[in-house]
Amino acid sequence: MPASVAVSAPALRVSLRGVGRTFPAPGGGLKPVLRDVDLDIRPGEIIALLGPSGCGKSTLLRLIGGLDTADAGALALDGTPIAEVDQRSAIAFQEPRLLPWRSIERNVSLGLPRGTDAQEGRDRVAELLRLVQLENASTLRPRQVSGGMAQRASLARALARGPGVLLLDEPFGALDALTRLTMQDLLLDIHSTEPATVVLVTHDVDEALTLADRIVLLGEDPAAPGTGSTIRSILEVGKPRPRDRADAALALLRADLLERLGVESHHTPNYVTAALRKQRQKVGDRPTASTDEPTRPHVF
Amino acid sequence: MLPAGSRAWIVTGGLLVPVILVVVWFTISASGLVPLYRLPSPQMVWDAAIDMVQRGLLQQYAAISTQRVLFGFGIGAAIGITLGTIVGLSRQLSILLAPTIGAIRAVPSLAWVPLLGIYLGIGEVPKIVLIAIGAAFPVYTTVAGALRHVDRNLVEMGRAFGLSRFSLLTTVQLPAVIPSVVSGLRLALAQSWLFLVAAELLASSMGLGFLLIDSQNNGRVDRLFLAIICLAILGKLTDGLIGLLERWLLKHWG
Repeated sequence: MPASVAVSAPALRVSLRGVGRTFPAPGGGLKPVLRDVDLDIRPGEIIALLGPSGCGKSTLLRLIGGLDTADAGALALDGTPIAEVDQRSAIAFQEPRLLPWRSIERNVSLGLPRGTDAQEGRDRVAELLRLVQLENASTLRPRQVSGGMAQRASLARALARGPGVLLLDEPFGALDALTRLTMQDLLLDIHSTEPATVVLVTHDVDEALTLADRIVLLGEDPAAPGTGSTIRSILEVGKPRPRDRADAALALLRADLLERLGVESHHTPNYVTAALRKQRQKVGDRPTASTDEPTRPHVF
Repeated sequence: MLPAGSRAWIVTGGLLVPVILVVVWFTISASGLVPLYRLPSPQMVWDAAIDMVQRGLLQQYAAISTQRVLFGFGIGAAIGITLGTIVGLSRQLSILLAPTIGAIRAVPSLAWVPLLGIYLGIGEVPKIVLIAIGAAFPVYTTVAGALRHVDRNLVEMGRAFGLSRFSLLTTVQLPAVIPSVVSGLRLALAQSWLFLVAAELLASSMGLGFLLIDSQNNGRVDRLFLAIICLAILGKLTDGLIGLLERWLLKHWG
């Protein structure tokens, strides 16, 4: 990569202390989503936020980006409190969110910091398009490119400002399985070129295992339902990247994670489903009833 | 038969129905089924046109009417876009202004005529003001409605990338509503011609509306037909201008 990559800001440390967020519930009242989140993210680290749907992963990500404000606790980047729409971080959303009337190139340039010199900006965008392998699609409109290409453009847009923290909200979730694997490798390439701190929201255990230095598991305390999610555990993956997706140690971690998420593994009978089956046989009830089934997180 | 969708077919196809209408018209007036003082022949209307052109009246009338429409439409569209932007973007200002604007819009347009007459007399100004009133509301309604429904995700994206309120408007919100703005402008232009005729029917000494009322008073049915045909042609031509604007806008923002 050319030397001009040096325009990226140094990776920043993220610290969260007792962070909580409550939303007004539909039909009145308040619904706590997050509570007592304490987390320190080292500069340049890749963190995966993992948890079932609706556990507040995206909310936490938005709080770190300053797109939303916490009701409790303190959030800081390198010791300075996070401002509203903090420009030290950049986000790639779940959907590409490209402006349909702009070319890919002009969409990426939207991410440049305000007041970037025009020529400098053009060079930076060209370089980023090479980095995400879109140099041949620069003049196309978003509707003319595939979902994977649009998502890469969204990634390039986030990188355009040289963020100290890169926030990724399930950026590959809507892509097909093969494209997703390619995108994960691409993200690691980018991370070695532009080593920002990365916070990645995902519901894909394998994605977390492939990419993250540490995996933060979010969820509610089963003993206190309705109090909001918090950090249930933090797993250190402790393997150098790139990782072999078939690595045995990762397989063990995967089984561990799945169990913590309450999902049956394919090899061992799960005690939850076993217990349920027994109970149903006793009652003689229809086996497809969904009301008595505990909500199971969708992990894949 | 010309190939379907080719340019030549689009032009000839569009002219087919008017040509048939003229033929039917010619046949009826030639057959004597309807007396000529009620339905003049195409030839009589043509002669009336030549006569008025030779006396320099037709082009003057058409020019003054078009000028009134364009001024009134321009001013009204600008007001409509401004008000629509304000009400469409700000929840607070919408609460404050939208009911009042809605009430003013509900006033039948011709109700303004006597008041405009007293305040502004009978010159060009009251006519242009009346047309502007007629043009402003369709634009206001479409712009305000469209801005309220701009994809929230795109707006949030713009905010996340540090766009100020103004750049958010010019970069995300206005381009997103261009198709609605254009259809609002289309409606507004049609309204402008409507209000032009209303204004000229009531008080004027020039223009196509004046030609209508003057011909009615003199029993010149041929000139009545002429005025109506002129309005149809001018209306279609100005609508074509909006079509060009639309194509240009969509090429850059679509």
